[in-house]
Amino acid sequence: MTTALLLAPIGLPVAAALVYAAVGWRPRTSAWAGVVSTALLAGNALGLAATVTRHGPVHTAGGLIRADALSAWMLLGIAAVALLACWASPSYLAAGHTSARQARRYGVLLHLFIAAMATAVLAGNLGILWVAVEATTIVTAFLVGHERSRTALEAAWKYVVICSAAIAIAFLGLILLYYAAQHAGLSAEQALDWATLAAHAHQLDPAVTRIAVGLAVLGFGAKAGLVPLHAWLPDAHSQAPAPVSALMSGVLLPVALYAVLRIKTIADPALGAGYLRTLLMILALATLALAAVLLIGQRDFKRMLAYSSMEHMGLIALAAAIGTRLAIAALLLHMAGHGLAKTVAFLSSGHILHRHNSSQITDVRALATRMPLLAGLFGLAIVALLGFPPAALFASELGIARAGADAGLSWATAAAFAFVVVAFAAITAHTGRMLLGPPTGTASNEVSDPPAALARSAAPPLIAGLLGVAALGVALGPVAGLLHAAATIVGAP
Amino acid sequence: MTDISYPLYLDLAAGLFLLTAVGVLWRHQLSAMIRLFALQGVALAAIVAILGVHQYSLELILVAGGLGVLRAGVLPYLAWRALGDSPAEARETRPVVNVAASLLAAAALTLLAYAVTRPLVALAPSPATAILPAAVAVVLIGFFTLVTRRRALSQVVGFLLLDNGITATAFLATAGVPLIVELGVSFDLLLVVLVLQVLTTRLRTAFGSSDLDELRELHD
Repeated sequence: MTTALLLAPIGLPVAAALVYAAVGWRPRTSAWAGVVSTALLAGNALGLAATVTRHGPVHTAGGLIRADALSAWMLLGIAAVALLACWASPSYLAAGHTSARQARRYGVLLHLFIAAMATAVLAGNLGILWVAVEATTIVTAFLVGHERSRTALEAAWKYVVICSAAIAIAFLGLILLYYAAQHAGLSAEQALDWATLAAHAHQLDPAVTRIAVGLAVLGFGAKAGLVPLHAWLPDAHSQAPAPVSALMSGVLLPVALYAVLRIKTIADPALGAGYLRTLLMILALATLALAAVLLIGQRDFKRMLAYSSMEHMGLIALAAAIGTRLAIAALLLHMAGHGLAKTVAFLSSGHILHRHNSSQITDVRALATRMPLLAGLFGLAIVALLGFPPAALFASELGIARAGADAGLSWATAAAFAFVVVAFAAITAHTGRMLLGPPTGTASNEVSDPPAALARSAAPPLIAGLLGVAALGVALGPVAGLLHAAATIVGAP
Repeated sequence: MTDISYPLYLDLAAGLFLLTAVGVLWRHQLSAMIRLFALQGVALAAIVAILGVHQYSLELILVAGGLGVLRAGVLPYLAWRALGDSPAEARETRPVVNVAASLLAAAALTLLAYAVTRPLVALAPSPATAILPAAVAVVLIGFFTLVTRRRALSQVVGFLLLDNGITATAFLATAGVPLIVELGVSFDLLLVVLVLQVLTTRLRTAFGSSDLDELRELHD
């Protein structure tokens, strides 16, 4: 039973990919296979969450596949965002005049992407985790280049080159960790197993581990959009199809940070909390500063969302640097809330893009009067991302600030939240310009649709996402135990 | 192989490994860069084979054979195909850093590699770990190539150098990570190169050349 629960999250998306490979993308039939598969994945994730909350960590395949509360929490996030993205895909592809061949490839790659992320969070071995994260780069490269335009190709190129190089550096870090583990007396099978490594962390050679952890955090950090190897992120997120942007921003960045958290559970006992705290704090503040500055002058609304993702990843890295149990709980809640809200924002921005044939902020005016439903959904998603209650991000940002003050890091936390305020102002100004303003003027390149024309099938996934982020902010309900258990795994008491 | 000549052969192979990386920085012609990369693949396979003979490990010798086929055969061939119709004319015209400065940088990076790898060598001194700095130097030189070259293909070669350096580090430090991880890594590397090759081809059809100077549409 547990074996099935552990293997199905990888098997279900692979099965959906096979369906698309076999029969192609048919608007009325196979287009919904992905929704069925991800709905089953969500049910599966809930089952796994219940199992680990009740019985503790479970594993199969000789420890290669392992789940504890942290993995189950990540898997829930992946399933929720994947469900929304797949639900929104049929109407997105229908609006984009996609050829049958492109649609089939989209279906196959999207589900392989989900399978790779599920493998990453369920891997019991840092090597397998690495392979899965690298696989996400390969699969999404073609999804980023889906539109085949010059800009999409450019984005795909930068994405593959920067992320592959960064992830190769992370691999060098893992090799050195393995080297240290072997000389600490661990066997070849155990030397990359994160549970064993964390248990024997104090035996690792500190000098080698310091280099190893630094390289691994830099490498996985790049995949999470942290400075200094972040340049791929705004390009890739703005050029990918909207459901793919949603998955990349909402769950792929957290999956990369999940790898950092796993390394943290090994690094802290081996090196003391100070080393990784300093490293993550520098990365977090630099990322927040850069995102805030570039948000101010932003002219493209999809790039605005991409930089907002960097801002949120910076906050999450800050919470990881603080590292207390409260900070980690807030971090995990922030990942979930940001994932859902950013998904809705990217999906609705995809519809705005289709209607205006432009992603320039200046080309979108008075959306609130012309397309009230779409404008409302986009606006609410942005409001949630800005951290207004009842969105989960309100609670999580409050939690991060409180944890920072408790841990004696008031100055760094204050600096970080100063950047968040700058980003807040910039995003509010840009969004206000898109939603409000006089309706006349730049209507030249707009598709002449009836004003309220958001297809009826397109709205439900967006509404569901917004309800989800609000529900998480109001009460955790049954997942509270899971969140607490997950925070205990990483957080210092 | 006697125990006295083992470090000698190992040092020789490591020297060739490092020298080919520096050679890539020195040459302008893309075809010459690919030839040097293939030669480096041979040096890498030789390092692993020497380790295998020394440890009487048939497995390592077989892995060396596989590595040789992949790094000195398949990958250079794929890169060569990405050159297109006129391989002799493709040149790295205006690198961000000129050749003389690049070679100085390579020297500095090698010194840096020796400095940062001291704890690695100190953990388990042996002829194999003694040449770890050379492998790390190749990683750094590969990264340097990646960030300072403008042609799409030179960037791919830079990425491959980086990866050769990491593979060499893996074998020298640990006699190979677990087989399942190693298989995954090789498979991933092959896929990345295939992805990059497809993208190079598409870039050429979209932009008319693979000069990344043309890639200026996305910026802030």
